[in-house]
Amino acid sequence: MKARHKRGLLIAAGVVVLAVAAGLVLSAFQKNLVFFFTPSQVVAREVPIGKPFRIGGMVAERSLQREPDGLTVRFVVTDTVKSVPVMYTGILPDLFKEGQGVVAQGKVGDDGVFVATEVLAKHDENYMPPEAAHAVEQAQNAQKTLIGN
Amino acid sequence: MAAEGTGINWYKYSAPHTFYPLAGRLIPWFAGLALVFCLVGLYIGFFVAPTEARQGEAYRIIFIHVPAAWMSMFTYVVMALWAALGLAFNTRLSSMMASALAPTGALMTFIALWTGALWGRPTWGTYWVWDARLTSELILLFLYFGFLALEAAIEDTRRADRACAVLALVGVVNVPIIYFSVKWWNTLHQGATVSLESAPRMATTMLAGMAMLALGFWMYCIAAALHRVRSIILERERRADWVRGVT
Repeated sequence: MKARHKRGLLIAAGVVVLAVAAGLVLSAFQKNLVFFFTPSQVVAREVPIGKPFRIGGMVAERSLQREPDGLTVRFVVTDTVKSVPVMYTGILPDLFKEGQGVVAQGKVGDDGVFVATEVLAKHDENYMPPEAAHAVEQAQNAQKTLIGN
Repeated sequence: MAAEGTGINWYKYSAPHTFYPLAGRLIPWFAGLALVFCLVGLYIGFFVAPTEARQGEAYRIIFIHVPAAWMSMFTYVVMALWAALGLAFNTRLSSMMASALAPTGALMTFIALWTGALWGRPTWGTYWVWDARLTSELILLFLYFGFLALEAAIEDTRRADRACAVLALVGVVNVPIIYFSVKWWNTLHQGATVSLESAPRMATTMLAGMAMLALGFWMYCIAAALHRVRSIILERERRADWVRGVT
C-alpha cells in the first residue's frame, strides 16, 4: 500500500469515527435538541415543570376565541390525540390560523391553561397557488360530509 | 494510470501551471451560464410563478433562500473533498481549490441565513429562533469563518493547508445534521419541499424558477471559485518561471 493510500484510508476512517461520535453526542442530547413539546407530552407531564417551554401542534378548528380587550386570544393546540388550551396576549403572526401549525412559548398555569408569552406560526413544506389550495379545501370538505353521512 | 490516447489526461490538469489557463478559459462559460440561469429563474420567480395560497408574496424569498442554502452545504462538501485530497495526496492544487471555495461557501451560508431571517419575520413571526436547522446552519457559517481565519493565521502555506483540511473534514459531519435536522427533531423550520423520496410539494412553475436559480447559483459558485483559484495559484507559485511569464 502506498503512503498516500494509507493517508487516504486514515482520513476516511477519521471521518467515520467523527460521524459516529457526533451521532452519539446528538442522541445523548436528543431531549435538549427538541424545539417544542407536543400536547401529548404536556398532558403526560413530560415537560419541564415550573419552567417556560414551547408547545407545538395544530390550532384546533373552531377553537379561536378573542377576549373583549381585542388583544387576548384563547385557542387549543392539538396533535390530534391530546390537546392543550392556550391563552396569549399580543399580536399573532400573519400565518396564524385555525387548522395550521403553531409553536407557543410559555408556562402551564395551575388551571392547566398554557399561558403563552410568544406565539410563532409554523408553516408546512407545501407551496401552492390559491386555486389549488381552494380545490384541496373543497375536496376535504366533500370527504368530511361523506364520512359525516 | 494516465488515460491512453483516447480520454483526457486528468493528471495533466492537476498541475497549477496547466490548470491556470484552463480555469481562465472556463470562467466566461460558467459566468455566462450563471447570468442566463439567474435571469430566467428570477423572471419565472417574480413574473410567472403564482402567489402562494397562505403566504402571499412573501414566499418568493424561497427563490433565493433555497438555492443559497443548497449551495452552502454542497460547497462545504466539495471543499472538504478537495481538502481530503490535498491531505492524502499532497497535491498543491487540491488545497488551493479548498481555499478558493471557502469564501464562496461562506457567502452562500450568509445569504441563506439572511434571507431566512427576512422570510421568518413575516411568516413565523420572528427573525430568529434557536431550532436545530437554524442553529446548525449558523455553525456552518462559523466553520467557514474558522477555515478562513485558520488559513490567515498560519504563515507557512503547507501547514495552513493541513490544519484547514482537518478543520474542513471535522466540520463535514455538520452537513448531514443540517440536512436531516428537520426530520430528526421537531423544529420551527418546515421539512424539505424537494427531496429524493417524494414528488416536490410545490407548484411546477415555482419549482421551475427555483431549479433555474439553483443552477445559476451553482454556475456562479464554480465561476467564483475558479476565478479565486487563479489568484491563489499566482500568489503561491510566484517564484515559478511560468508565473513570471504571465505577469
